[in-house]
Amino acid sequence: MTSEQQFTVSLSVNGTTMPVTVPARRLLSDAIRHDLELTGTHVGCEHGVCGACTVLLDGVPVRSCLMFAVQAEGHEVTTVEGLAEADGRPHPVQEAFRDCHGLQCGFCTPGFLTTIAAALDDYEPGTAISDDEAREIVGGNLCRCTGYQNIVKAVGRAQEIRSQRAGVALKSHSASEHA
Amino acid sequence: MKPPAFGYAAPASVEEALVVLADLGYDGKVLAGGQSLIPLLSMRLTAPHTLVDINRIPGLSHISVAGDGSVIVGALVRHAELLADESAFSALPLLRRATSNVAHPAIRNRGTTCGSVAHADPSGEMTAILAITGGSVQIAAQGAAIRDVPAREFFLGPLESCLGAGELAVSVTFGAPAARTGSAFLELARRRGDYAMCGVAVAVTLDDENAVSEVRAAYLSVGPIPEVHDLTSAVAGQQSTSADWAGAGEFATTLVEPEGDLHASADYRRRLVAVLTERALPQAAADAVARAEVAA
Repeated sequence: MTSEQQFTVSLSVNGTTMPVTVPARRLLSDAIRHDLELTGTHVGCEHGVCGACTVLLDGVPVRSCLMFAVQAEGHEVTTVEGLAEADGRPHPVQEAFRDCHGLQCGFCTPGFLTTIAAALDDYEPGTAISDDEAREIVGGNLCRCTGYQNIVKAVGRAQEIRSQRAGVALKSHSASEHA
Repeated sequence: MKPPAFGYAAPASVEEALVVLADLGYDGKVLAGGQSLIPLLSMRLTAPHTLVDINRIPGLSHISVAGDGSVIVGALVRHAELLADESAFSALPLLRRATSNVAHPAIRNRGTTCGSVAHADPSGEMTAILAITGGSVQIAAQGAAIRDVPAREFFLGPLESCLGAGELAVSVTFGAPAARTGSAFLELARRRGDYAMCGVAVAVTLDDENAVSEVRAAYLSVGPIPEVHDLTSAVAGQQSTSADWAGAGEFATTLVEPEGDLHASADYRRRLVAVLTERALPQAAADAVARAEVAA
């Protein structure tokens, strides 16, 4: 077989731009894990169902297994490694998963963290997220360990932590729900 | 679960894309959102010679409402953008009702509405919406005028459309609803966001006395293409608040020929046609009354 054509792509991941040389068929998920050696992004089903490989593309969640690395040039990719705050503190959703025991084996966790982190941006600090809204947010991610209850709790807790960090009290029901 | 090797072109304009596609003929495959195509590649169910990635082409991300109320959606409009678009929603509420059922937010952020139509999956929401609104697909090819193909001619079979070699679907147009017409969309899936076992888009038109004058329904996951069925005869002339919607649902089951698969038997799908139709029609009738009041 003749050798495959290679493309050199500038991938901007977590604020750092790095060149990678890949064939067109290299999935973004594989470029992140194998070429950039950022193994926080996990690959589960590799056809878009499980959500484990979810990363943020220009701030919105996408499946990194349903994109080619050559398509990511010019876009800003954020993986789970890039969620922590500038001062090194964990992202509110990371702290919430620890508080609420939102993970067991941890395989699906990076996809949940990126998905929830992006969804939190749709809410003003201080606005509680209901359990129904939390279920809608995580509806596209599969977890085989937790039964989802603690993940749903962690969504509300993440918004509480985020609000505290912004110096805003959380309005309405959510604070009592996971006390 | 890795895609096979393929050639890759990322043209910077529609004109350039059409030249590349014309050169490739049946060896070329257009890549837009990729949310259906990339799984097919990864599962090795398809192996195109060259992918023509249209994501770098400017000017294909427009959503516009024409003077007659029809909604034109460019080839690179993501489902999430259509879902959020207020002008499209007020012109054609069915668009948002259906789009919110397309997979999950992460898929909707990437997948395109036009690509979903071009994929011609009979379980796709937007194919059924294009059919029931009497919409059309705008198709470009090198050296040819854009041809406007109505939905009833566009879909040929499961995953098969009339798009030929060298052609590019540059936009889809969802048709404007007639006066005093309301709509509703319902589907049932094993899990939220999964492919529907059955879904229905309905349009109910009322006369000046709020009696039913026309009822149409398009189903997903029921036949090989999104067919539009006329259910008017089951409820014609009946008052919108007391029409025999269950009768219309039963009538619908005589018009469809669903096939069974791993997820639902043919009989179960036929039952879902009856139940979802019965539930959707009064919603659409109420919507027709509400829209007529707003218009008055």
